Amino acid sequence: MKLGDLTELAARNLREAILRNSLTTLGIAVGVASLVALLSLGVGLQQLVDRSVARAGLFDTVSVRPRQSTPFGQPGGGRRNPRDAAADLVPPRVLDDAARKEIAALPNVLEVNPEERFTAEARLDPNSQLVMVAGMPASSQNSGALDGLSGNFFSGPDAEEVIVQGDMAKRLLNEGQPPASLLGKEITLRFAQRQALPPPSQQAASDAPNQAVGPDEEAMGFSIVPSEKKFRVVGVTPSSDSGGGPVGFNNAGMYLPLAVAEKLQVVQQADLREMSRSGAAEGMRYAALNVRASSPAAVAQIEASIAHMGFAAFSLIDVTRNLRTFFAIFDLFLGIFGSLALAVASLGIINTLVMAILERRREIGVLKALGAADRDVRQLFFAEAGVMGLAGGVFGVLLGWGIGRAIQFATAVYLGRQGMNSPNIWSVPLWLVLGAVAFAVVISLASGIYPASRAAKLDPVEALRYE
Amino acid sequence: MIVHVGVEFTVKPLHATLRTMNVTETQAGLNGNAIHADQVSRHYQMGGATIRAVDQISLDVRAGEFLALLGASGSGKSTLLNLIAGLDRPTSGAIFAQGRDLARMSSEDLAKHRNHTIGIVFQSFQLLPRMTLEENVELPLRLAEIPRAERPGRVREALDRVGLAARVKHRPAELSGGEQQRAAIARALVNQPMILLADEPTGNLDSKTGDEIMHLIAGIHRPASGPGRTIIMVTHERALAEQYADRIVTLSDGTIAREESLR
Repeated sequence: MKLGDLTELAARNLREAILRNSLTTLGIAVGVASLVALLSLGVGLQQLVDRSVARAGLFDTVSVRPRQSTPFGQPGGGRRNPRDAAADLVPPRVLDDAARKEIAALPNVLEVNPEERFTAEARLDPNSQLVMVAGMPASSQNSGALDGLSGNFFSGPDAEEVIVQGDMAKRLLNEGQPPASLLGKEITLRFAQRQALPPPSQQAASDAPNQAVGPDEEAMGFSIVPSEKKFRVVGVTPSSDSGGGPVGFNNAGMYLPLAVAEKLQVVQQADLREMSRSGAAEGMRYAALNVRASSPAAVAQIEASIAHMGFAAFSLIDVTRNLRTFFAIFDLFLGIFGSLALAVASLGIINTLVMAILERRREIGVLKALGAADRDVRQLFFAEAGVMGLAGGVFGVLLGWGIGRAIQFATAVYLGRQGMNSPNIWSVPLWLVLGAVAFAVVISLASGIYPASRAAKLDPVEALRYE
Repeated sequence: MIVHVGVEFTVKPLHATLRTMNVTETQAGLNGNAIHADQVSRHYQMGGATIRAVDQISLDVRAGEFLALLGASGSGKSTLLNLIAGLDRPTSGAIFAQGRDLARMSSEDLAKHRNHTIGIVFQSFQLLPRMTLEENVELPLRLAEIPRAERPGRVREALDRVGLAARVKHRPAELSGGEQQRAAIARALVNQPMILLADEPTGNLDSKTGDEIMHLIAGIHRPASGPGRTIIMVTHERALAEQYADRIVTLSDGTIAREESLR
């Protein structure tokens, strides 16, 4: 029999026992719905974590630092690439402008920015707080690092503006004031600034105020003096208790435009280290560089290349890989639990079709007398199982989608009452929809094997005698 | 003039088949037999006893012949009909239909035999109650994979032939017994088989309706125009057999008790 005729006859047979077949199909639908609801939750949670990790730059960022000489008795010392022992044999190099250019020229490197982080006192009368300040490159505006930002990003690379992390904003404001009320206010930052020491010949004659240290003057040494500067608050990130704000490499309480942070000449730990070393190189040196890769897939290669250049390179690619493994196993377990309901539903299909054979024994006999081969009868029962599976699968996906929406809504209401943002913890990708429907059809067809084969083997003479 | 469609098989493939089956042309019915049964037996095991429903029967049915299988209940006539129909397989012996041994056919080929070569009419009509008349009659066409566009015309033609063209949308339960049997005949003929097998076709009908059905079957055997068909009818009514059949074969205890040529 042709597929069209088979499907038509199967649909007609299913319609004839509409209540029983609908209940069986509903059983499949509930099974598929539980599968879809659980897996969509797993997928949603994975995407939530992926978004957070991506926002933190964990996927596409390599942190580069100078490799230090045996700080803990380890040859090569410092942060090293654990996968590449050969890189330890390369002599350590100074992380200077030449190195920055060299790294920037590596394939798949989008940008190389110095890591500017320092501790400062933030003052908004009458309150003051010690705060970690970080320089933020312009690319962060579109990286998703500032999702949920109140206000605006910096108006320009040299703007004397600050973005304040939500928790820090709360501490600087009087109790009860919302963090966003900080927008437009001026905050004074007090920090330790490097100032160049003039050459010894000029030192005595000079009473003029110290000037910031330039590259050429570095070798002459510097003094550390307190300095203050005012910045206008242009943005406030969500506070940590609402699940927002930048995390990861660049986590800080306040953010300045990277160029502005560099110009402040704040004393870095690396400065003191360099001062204590003999034969230190001249020129601008960096405590650390953040290298942004074009894609997470390029991170490992970039990390290895940098390690071979004599620097310590570090990325969280291994951590995220483990995270993906965890979610793969998590999804697998969710899938298994979801499939249990479908397995129960498959018993319903077997039961329904076996009942149908008993009821339609005579009809099977007639079909065979009219020229139906065993194969035709088998295919007819298969088609009925398949139609039930397809209908149950489609309905189940819709049901699962509805359950997922309900869970998302309930979560949003609950988190909203706790004063927290509601992240999207639920996602139904196309592969899940198609996979669930296909799975339902396959399970249904598998369930139909026994009844179909039993129907096909019916003796037509016996079947025609059946009343 | 009657054209015996039963002999319209192709000889070449048949010779090839015969060589592989090691049978003679005579056995295969090349001499004009639509059916040739050779020492056919059908035995059943019931507990420790062997029931010989059909025992060593040899029978030729000429193409275009109307044969009546007469006998009491349990004489083996329906079993023999089932063997000829390919619904059952003999325990021993051979049955040739259009030159091919049914006993050696695969179940797939037997299904084709039931679909193309024969049409069956049952005592209890065996129409599918959930389908309309036209859907019932269309079933053999679906199984034969006849193109969809061709089917409605053939269904109408078959139902028209039995006088039910106006009842195509009716379900069997909405028809009288005679109408149901006529619909069953239309279904049996829709694939234009060469042989019509009828198992007590009037058994469930009153005498007047039974006569109408027998008239219809006689018209199929010898139509006013066009080819006739071989008819093998099982009945226990001698008068009916004598009125319509060319030959009567009486069975008793699974064997042929008597053969009578009437015409």
